[in-house]
Amino acid sequence: MAVKLSKLDEQMLEGKCGKATQIAVRILVRMAEVVGAGEMMDVSQAHIDGCGLLSEAGLEFAETLAAKGAKVSIPTTLNMGPLDLQNWKSFGIDEDFAAKAIRQAKAYTDMGCIPTWTCAPYQSYLTPRFGQQIAWGESNAICYANSVLGARTNRYGDYIDICAAITGRVPKCGLHLKENRKGQILLRLVDIDPAIIQSNAFYPVFGHLLGSLAEDRIPVIDGLCSEASSDQLKALCAAAASSGAVALFHAIGVTPEAPTLQEAFQGDEPEQVIDIHLSDLVKAKSELSTAQDGAKLDLVVLGCPHFSFDEFRELAELIQTEVDRGNTLHPDVRFVVISGQTSYALIQRSRFLKLLVDFGVEITLDTCLFHTPMVSTETKVIMTNSGKCAYYAPGELDVQVAFGSIGECVRSAVEGCVLRKETLWKES
Amino acid sequence: MCVTKGDVVERILTGRALVPGSAKGEALVSSEALSLWGGLCPRTGEIIDRRHELSGVIAAGRVFVFPRGKGSSTSSATLLESIRTGAAPAAIINLKVDPILALGSIVADELYHQAVPIVVLADKDFFSIERGDYVTIEPDGTVRITTKSSKMDRKV
Repeated sequence: MAVKLSKLDEQMLEGKCGKATQIAVRILVRMAEVVGAGEMMDVSQAHIDGCGLLSEAGLEFAETLAAKGAKVSIPTTLNMGPLDLQNWKSFGIDEDFAAKAIRQAKAYTDMGCIPTWTCAPYQSYLTPRFGQQIAWGESNAICYANSVLGARTNRYGDYIDICAAITGRVPKCGLHLKENRKGQILLRLVDIDPAIIQSNAFYPVFGHLLGSLAEDRIPVIDGLCSEASSDQLKALCAAAASSGAVALFHAIGVTPEAPTLQEAFQGDEPEQVIDIHLSDLVKAKSELSTAQDGAKLDLVVLGCPHFSFDEFRELAELIQTEVDRGNTLHPDVRFVVISGQTSYALIQRSRFLKLLVDFGVEITLDTCLFHTPMVSTETKVIMTNSGKCAYYAPGELDVQVAFGSIGECVRSAVEGCVLRKETLWKES
Repeated sequence: MCVTKGDVVERILTGRALVPGSAKGEALVSSEALSLWGGLCPRTGEIIDRRHELSGVIAAGRVFVFPRGKGSSTSSATLLESIRTGAAPAAIINLKVDPILALGSIVADELYHQAVPIVVLADKDFFSIERGDYVTIEPDGTVRITTKSSKMDRKV
């Protein structure tokens, strides 16, 4: 099926707007054919994921576009990159790797992207508004933008994101269109203690379950807490977009396109109704760990997606409690928090930063454990509060992983081994 | 269509060529979805998702048959890099259109004039391919499957 092109699309394809724009629009039009879109449409904001991974091919692609004079035509934020641009030396990063990462960062900023370097762009700068048509990469951010903010984006993979940013155009299809945003399956939280549903650890666990049940369908959740915080929904999105291809969910009474069940399904019936019991959550929680309780711990990682100011505050309070008891970080454990410049600027102006640093917390910015080589080969067991980190760590980092709440991560870091209290999650 | 030549049975399936191209190789088959980022090592072609049924298996040079992609939007980057290093599957056959996989291959075509063909098959055809079948893919989406008939007999 031929894609209907605007006059500007045709001019771009003919190379009248420069070589780089021609490459970008050619990729977009081929992708329109792949997804069966009849025409192209405008987007007014982009978030680039393709700047994250450092690979020879990714660097070559970015530098090719930049060298051909590419410039973004819409406000464009950057996902985390492969390097903590200020502090990489203190993390023992290889100089050759750093040099290439800096070249890649330069290619993207030369194209006019805003150096936000965060995977939680919805908590930093240029938050999209309800109904805004955007082209976002980064699976957790895509899920958050669609579900929690009600902005409209498809799952833009690495490299189409920058093409959309250069041209301001995307294939008109999928989640850009209201009719494709209706719920498909209904998940009901049944007889689950509200104390669990309000706890931070519920969100990554439920997200993990949600992704594996929904796969690539749009789930509607009945029973989520209407007071769920931005950080809790962030954790849910990140986990659901790891175990599944969830780009949009609705939660009745929580997310903007789902004030009622009927509106979430746009008047249709769910294809499938699934009741979630505590036993399902307990099973999902155990799936997130490959390390056993009591295992010797090497590294705690928090901030996947990037830690917010509120999360720093929660961590600082837990660490203060340990310090008050005369406890210290176990000498064999590294404690790393990953965040972005925006949250860091705020904690620099708070009393928390000194407390965290004195305890031995290492804060790395602009990057991600998976994209920067900061985990040594001696690291065997890591612990995290993130469903996404727990999901990918065994394959990407070749480590065993233990999932636990921030509190459990702090206790374990003090004791030097994986410690978890299961009281809240005990099946009666 | 099904043609028998000696002890070899050839079946011809018609799919939709998302990324057109020619390829051939032994089928590597899974019924599980896979995120290529965190799932495929772009240097060795090994399946590294330790929760996946094919964990530890090498996908390089084989026709990788799995229902759909999932998870990370970095999967296109993983596919592109694996095409550059030569560790990519010879071709991909999916049950569902995954734009992120198609993208990785299309960008490789733009950058290196080298793509991994991706074909989407209907349910019945998709599930008819077995591990070890020999698969040939043509640019128009035609998929030729050759199975030793001795193997077919054993199944009956």
